Amino acid sequence: MTVETLRVLIVDDEPGMRLGAARVLSRHAQSLPELGVEVRFAVETAADAGGALAQLAAAPWDLLLLDYKLPDRTGLEVLDEIRGRGIDVVTVMVTAYASLEVAVSATKNGAFDFLAKPFTPDELKSVVEKAARTVLAHRRALALAEEKRQVRFQFIRVLAHELKAPLGVVDSYLRMVQDRALGDELAAYDRPVERALVRIDGMRRMIVDLLDLTRLESGQKRRDLAAVDVVEEARCGLEGVAAAAAARGIAAELHAPDALPMRADRGELGIVFNNLLTNAVKYNRDGGRVDLTLRPRDGGGVVIEVRDTGVGLAPEDVARLFGEFVRIKNEQTKGIEGTGLGLSILRKLAELYGGDVAVASEPGIGTTFTVTLADAAPDAQP
Amino acid sequence: MTDAHDRSYAGRTALVVDDDPDVLEQIRLFLERLGFRVLAGESQAEGEALVAAAAPDLCIFDLMMEHHDSGFVLAHLMKKKSPQTPVILVTGVAHETGYTFDAATAEMRRWVKADAVLDKDIRFEQLAAEIARLVQP
Repeated sequence: MTVETLRVLIVDDEPGMRLGAARVLSRHAQSLPELGVEVRFAVETAADAGGALAQLAAAPWDLLLLDYKLPDRTGLEVLDEIRGRGIDVVTVMVTAYASLEVAVSATKNGAFDFLAKPFTPDELKSVVEKAARTVLAHRRALALAEEKRQVRFQFIRVLAHELKAPLGVVDSYLRMVQDRALGDELAAYDRPVERALVRIDGMRRMIVDLLDLTRLESGQKRRDLAAVDVVEEARCGLEGVAAAAAARGIAAELHAPDALPMRADRGELGIVFNNLLTNAVKYNRDGGRVDLTLRPRDGGGVVIEVRDTGVGLAPEDVARLFGEFVRIKNEQTKGIEGTGLGLSILRKLAELYGGDVAVASEPGIGTTFTVTLADAAPDAQP
Repeated sequence: MTDAHDRSYAGRTALVVDDDPDVLEQIRLFLERLGFRVLAGESQAEGEALVAAAAPDLCIFDLMMEHHDSGFVLAHLMKKKSPQTPVILVTGVAHETGYTFDAATAEMRRWVKADAVLDKDIRFEQLAAEIARLVQP
């Protein structure tokens, strides 16, 4: 349980009330188990509206206990002032004249709650507990928004790096050609030109992946949901990697019933199979195997399993695998091109079908990806 | 690449470590045109083995490889083994993080164990100038 301290300002012209309440709260520790915190209070006091406003302007406060009847102004006027100056504080109005009229206008002016004078320490604690919950919920929301902003910022920073690196490489290769750095024989430039084209192709694929990912995240992609035969889509996926597999002597085989209908978007299934099978071929060994197994999922949908006989993954790499732009770099994966976004896309798609992606792997033996997809809901049009 | 046909560094050895195979290839080609024999590594791990085994006349290390500070580590190891060996760090880090450092002042060199720091979009004229400054032909 963490301790969070709320800054409380108590405003009352009666010294007894002011100091009594301050003493109660300073010694109080409010436990809020559902938020996992214990709240303590750092209390200061003011005797009139002028003093209160000066203190409110000088530092940030979480909670204000504001007496309605102050010598220089009413509590309502202070509330007005607080709102006018855009001061962010949760206010509890304290009043001996608990009229409905005052209550209504105070609430209109932004008071959070009321405390009728005279009050017992327990009544004070109870009102403050409620206010503390609000303050903490607000804090959490702000922290979450900031975290999201940081994640987004980090994503863009990494993206910039990922696009800048190949651009620099292509630039340098072109300069080599421009400067005839490898002599006057044209053939000497074959490799630089080929590598420049490979890196440009990589950038293009990254942009395509990025658009897929952005569409999925924004929920703005129009989904064309219909009854689809998953087996047929799996066959298409296998055809797509057939050439790459054959070139390296990799046997790819489908194990599935004759047909397996589910409600899905054909294009999305295509991306799923393409991602899984491309990885299984890319990270395989020459002469290896890819086994694609389809099973009906209990309750509708499909369980897709793709097993390869490739380089496998170390346990610490499995944990990092689904991070955006993460590519596992080691002796075996050297020279394999990729954007590092494929698995992020795969997971987003699985989530869209109320499913998930599991990975089991053994270094040197191979990796198995298991994707579970439920039927898309009849009204699932985001 | 104005110095591309000048093989004045024939007989010298350069150690280059970068996890981008194309950057590695480009620096290797460039250095070979200057006459260097080039030892190349594609990771901090490979770099550490090469630093331990070889006695190069020049080192060029990428900063971010397996770790964010891979280049710093290699530079440190090289300087510990042979303080006189010139080390050039190559980095794209400044643009993405807004974090800048260089090796221009003695104070910076105290913790950045490198003699020069170059931006990742390598300008080969600049690299040639740094090599001319750091390695006697």
